[in-house]
Amino acid sequence: MSSIIIGIIEEGLVYAILSFGIYITYSILDFPDLSVDGTYPLGAAVTAAMIAADMDPLITLPLAFLAGALAGIVTGLIHVKLRVRDLLSGIIVSTGLYSINLRIAGKSNLPIFSKDSIFSNSLVNSIFTGGLSIIAKMSILLVMVLILKLLLDAYLRTRSGYLLRAAGSNPRLVTALSKNVGFVKIVGLGLANGFAAFAGCVMAQKQGYFELSMGTGMMVIGLANVIIGTQLFGRLSFMKATTSVILGAIIYRACVAAAINAGMEAGDMKLITALLFLIILAIGNIRKERVRSLSAVGGHRDDIYKPGDAKKTFEGEGQDAQSQEHK
Amino acid sequence: MLSLRNINKYYNPGTVNEMCLFRDYCLDIGEGEFVSIVGSNGSGKTSMLNIICGSIGVDSGSLLIDGRDITNMPEHKRARFIGRVYQNPSLGTCPDMTILENMSLADAKGKSFDLRPGTDRSRIAYYRELLSSLGLGLENKLDVKVGALSGGQRQAMALLMSTMTDIDFLILDEHTAALDPKTADLIMELTDRLVHEKKLTTLMVTHNLRYAADYGDRLIMMHEGRNVLDISGEEKKNTGVEDLLGRFNAISIECGN
Repeated sequence: MSSIIIGIIEEGLVYAILSFGIYITYSILDFPDLSVDGTYPLGAAVTAAMIAADMDPLITLPLAFLAGALAGIVTGLIHVKLRVRDLLSGIIVSTGLYSINLRIAGKSNLPIFSKDSIFSNSLVNSIFTGGLSIIAKMSILLVMVLILKLLLDAYLRTRSGYLLRAAGSNPRLVTALSKNVGFVKIVGLGLANGFAAFAGCVMAQKQGYFELSMGTGMMVIGLANVIIGTQLFGRLSFMKATTSVILGAIIYRACVAAAINAGMEAGDMKLITALLFLIILAIGNIRKERVRSLSAVGGHRDDIYKPGDAKKTFEGEGQDAQSQEHK
Repeated sequence: MLSLRNINKYYNPGTVNEMCLFRDYCLDIGEGEFVSIVGSNGSGKTSMLNIICGSIGVDSGSLLIDGRDITNMPEHKRARFIGRVYQNPSLGTCPDMTILENMSLADAKGKSFDLRPGTDRSRIAYYRELLSSLGLGLENKLDVKVGALSGGQRQAMALLMSTMTDIDFLILDEHTAALDPKTADLIMELTDRLVHEKKLTTLMVTHNLRYAADYGDRLIMMHEGRNVLDISGEEKKNTGVEDLLGRFNAISIECGN
């Protein structure tokens, strides 16, 4: 039993890294970015190729992040410079990356079990000996996710982070501040896909192989994590959105594990994800409606001033995630 | 200081819906002038502001500021020296960020948006002072999200934010139109105070003829892309709401409305 729980937490933590990226694009930038379906396996491909070539596993982390960031920048350039719609820019990049990932890894399945990884090397093995070895991965992941969370929180409190948040909330204000909104979007997409590739890098080392189709549905999974987290914990003002996202990712993994336990097959997972996702969105919208009608009674009529600037893809969800904390 | 030279602007060029908005339109605005612009819908008021701010391009003609040609300068670069307040109060602020964060953003305009802390703690006292000058009690709500404020409060903040750094121009695009009469009066007084304190060159588009008559030192009435009235100085002072309304109706009748 405890090994199942540890497994859930481990997987949840890896997906939490991915979800930080989705949080940046979807909740902050209001950009439905599908390129993560390609950048997540890109991180894994880069990592597997480097580890197979006997490189230090630690160096794969920043390099995978960089590779993902570059791909995210490409998505941004396609969207901003060539004026391709947001969803399509992501699809173009993730489609192209499929072939690139195959080139990088050399084959569609590249095992790296036998090599050292960040989870299995002489240092880790000497710290987590005997009975402790079962929590080795979880502990390493926990430290890593917490560091990433703190870094992201810190970034969002910088001037650059403020601008990123403003770009999603009111692009005209960014223009008024004499900054190019397109550039800010590109930065945000780079950062987000850096996180996605980082998650892929960690996943490849955790499971011990790269697999070409591992990116399919990652955007939806990441989004589900973000929305579960921000919907469940969004009201708790002491909790930052990034913390909610981590918890959301773990809860999502728990739901998946429960479904498999109840007799579902692994192949049904995508359907379960899709249904779960739909339910969360629907509940979120119903709640939004109620809040809106309540506030209308209270004489609060903000919504009437919102003709041009409301361009949310899934009405309301982005707002919700954003009205989260970032003091 | 600002001059529009022979501006031509067509909408839907080359189609059956082609419409000429400006034909050889010229306008000169001197330094420190406070110009009120009135006119019916579709007369080109907002299009002119958009052309000045760079939100829409021109087909031909040029825009000069102090003799410098800015016709091809992108909107965000022009924003460096132009402040703009929109009709919609939520466009001038960031609703998902707190009052303090919004003030910090406005304060950083023109500086580099790097990895320095978004809010400079040593500036908070200054922000409080600015906010308290609005008389709306916002200085005590620094951690409240701007989205939770009323339209009037947001518009006051938008005005404050757009004039916080040194700008040459203030562009007011029907900035009181979405507010109730009392709040609109408040915002208008605030505008007048800021414009005079900072000696800003200001263009104000308004549908409120009383504001146009009472405020500013020059008045332009536009119709079908032309200035049908352009008065300043004593002549402007002696022009009341009734005179404006008379002119307004005369134009409308010509059009058969």
